[in-house]
Amino acid sequence: MEVKNIRIRNMKYGDFNDNEYLEEYVNELRKNGVNLFVGKLGDLINWGRSNSVWPLTFATSCCGIEFMCVGAARTDFARFGWEVTRNSPRQADVIFVCGTIVHKMAPVLKRLYEQMAEPKYVMAIGSCAISGGPFKSSYHTVMGVDRIIPVDVYIPGCPPRPDAVLYGMMQLSRKIKVQNFFKLPDQPQVPGTVDHQTEANGNS
Amino acid sequence: METVEKELLALGFAEVTRSDKRLNVTVPKERLYETARFLRHESATVYDFLIDMVGIDNGDSLGVIYYLSPSQSPERLLALKTSAAGREQPELFSVHDLWDSALVYEREVYDFFGIRFVNHPDMRRIFLRQDWKGYPLRKDYDASPEVNPVPLENEVIADMERTHSITVKMGDRIETTGYIFDNDDYVVNFGPQHPAMHGVLHLRVALDGEVIRKIDPVFGYIHRGIEKMCENYTYPQILHLTDRLDYLSGTMNRHAVCLCCEKALELEVPDRAHYIRTIFDELTRIASHLLGWGCMCMDMGSITAFVYGMRDREKIMDIFEETAGGRLMANYNVIGGVARDIHPNFRKRVKELIPYIRRMLKEHHLLFTGNPIARGRMKGVGRLTAKKAVSLGATGPTGRASGWRNDLRKIDPYAAYAKADFEEVIREEGLTFDRYVIRLDEIEQSLRIIEQLVDNIPEGPYAAKTKAVIRLPEGEFFQRVENARGQFCVHITSKGDKFPYRMKFRSPSLVLVGALKAIAAESKVADLIMLGASLDYVIPCIDR
Ligand code: SF4
Repeated sequence: MEVKNIRIRNMKYGDFNDNEYLEEYVNELRKNGVNLFVGKLGDLINWGRSNSVWPLTFATSCCGIEFMCVGAARTDFARFGWEVTRNSPRQADVIFVCGTIVHKMAPVLKRLYEQMAEPKYVMAIGSCAISGGPFKSSYHTVMGVDRIIPVDVYIPGCPPRPDAVLYGMMQLSRKIKVQNFFKLPDQPQVPGTVDHQTEANGNS
Repeated sequence: METVEKELLALGFAEVTRSDKRLNVTVPKERLYETARFLRHESATVYDFLIDMVGIDNGDSLGVIYYLSPSQSPERLLALKTSAAGREQPELFSVHDLWDSALVYEREVYDFFGIRFVNHPDMRRIFLRQDWKGYPLRKDYDASPEVNPVPLENEVIADMERTHSITVKMGDRIETTGYIFDNDDYVVNFGPQHPAMHGVLHLRVALDGEVIRKIDPVFGYIHRGIEKMCENYTYPQILHLTDRLDYLSGTMNRHAVCLCCEKALELEVPDRAHYIRTIFDELTRIASHLLGWGCMCMDMGSITAFVYGMRDREKIMDIFEETAGGRLMANYNVIGGVARDIHPNFRKRVKELIPYIRRMLKEHHLLFTGNPIARGRMKGVGRLTAKKAVSLGATGPTGRASGWRNDLRKIDPYAAYAKADFEEVIREEGLTFDRYVIRLDEIEQSLRIIEQLVDNIPEGPYAAKTKAVIRLPEGEFFQRVENARGQFCVHITSKGDKFPYRMKFRSPSLVLVGALKAIAAESKVADLIMLGASLDYVIPCIDR
């Protein structure tokens, strides 16, 4: 069904942002000694989401070792709430693609991505994941994971230093913070792949 | 003339030449099996260790080189060569009943060159998907992405486990297909995506209750086609790819290629470079063993050990970074020496590191080796006998834990190893506990080597002068080094160009998965991950 422009006759749009009555409530409650804080639910959720991102461990090669370093003693991403690495995609928020993706792995990666619950994010770590990197001229390499799944953050390097990975993680945190949780943007389509969702909708 | 040389000449059909301490034996393909059996069982020197099989496309025919060595004196080397006539349906007799390692090597040659091995029970592709078109390492392979596009669907399991084999009985050629698993088998998938597999190994395991009946490893989830890429890269460019094979022994792999090229060029490498390379190799070995130890402990449920191992490893990464500029990928060795001189702090840092690691080793032993639960789990499981280790070609710490002396640093010293006094750690029983402890003991020996060398680094240039464009003379060159997992070998066939005609790496890890098959059968599924960790394989090195 096509969504039409909804016209509301008896209330102006500006009035939606007029929260005077809320402020009155707040003042009254405060006067009576209640400690109270008002904010947007979306901000609260985003604050929580951006500080507890659970990565799926998906390391195919060398970059995976540097990813392990990020998780280990010196750089320790637990400081940012990322430490709960998950081995099942169903529990993960972000997939770190560490390492080269080859033809045989491509469908596996795609399926893992599809198994993750929304909202989900992808980080491409290292030149291999970004573009095929040193293996650009190989017959069996996928020239960048963005050919199969949409990527949110790219971290260049071969391999990127742990600090670079941390920086990339913070960029993703920032991205999560500014999203509207109640109206998440659609997943971008990757050219050349089949979108199972639209396919399913189209058939119904 | 050696006895074996005389014996081979007495066979009447073998051509024998000698180059660079290596016997080259060429036989016609009909006589291959006969010669192989002779070398394996009947000759005065028993060649019971099949180091590697190198397939090669000679234009009009496809050939195979078998590198052999006696397990008791691994410094001796023999290259058995043959060629399979014709490109349409090249076939050779399988030697898998002589050497267990041939089971995987032959599958690899089939995958890359399309040579089929008669009597091999399982002629499937090993790295590529079964529906892959063409044989990538042939010179006329069509690499355009239209022929083999990126697949969007997973491979069908039934295709993955359908085996082909050819047998010849009384002149009749019989082709059969079969399946790895029976219909009644209860098959569980491990991997390819799970950290406990130490990379992207995919194991299909048939279980009976909780006892493992059969394992079928599936490789190729990180097959990057490095060997083919090398054929279009110059030698200095190739060096960068070798670091990325077994990234935990990157420096050593690179060392192997450098040594091989230097040998071919007859280049004199300055002593200073030899010393620095040796120290770097040993630092890499320590870092690798620390990670291997940490991961093995983590697989047995002790995450603290992993964090401790990584913490100590960081110190080594700092040293690398200061001198070489890279952490994991030091990119430090170059043909003729090393890329730049050591940092002024290098000696000081290394000397600080040695007592630190010694102290930490004590702690590691205290933390985990002495732990009754850990000991209870590791003792008595996963026995690999010395005979099996040799037949499988399981070199390195795994072989040494079974009592097989195969340390190339001792038996065929390269770089500055002859100048240092150290022990080759040997254990006898070949159990999981032996493989665990041997790594920690090797760290101690590595520290000893470094200790003796670091103060004696001679003055002088750190690299020999090389030409701007490096061309290797025509010929076949082979070099082995001891990396953290075993013997890493490089084979180069050069036609006098600045690119190699064929480049082959022997991965010590590939056969270790074969060892896993051997030791995990009939053990409990709960031990599988621990047994895999005790072998410490690195998957990108297997897949190349
Ligand atoms: S980007 Fe470099 S370090 Fe990372 S996986 Fe690729 S080759 Fe390895």
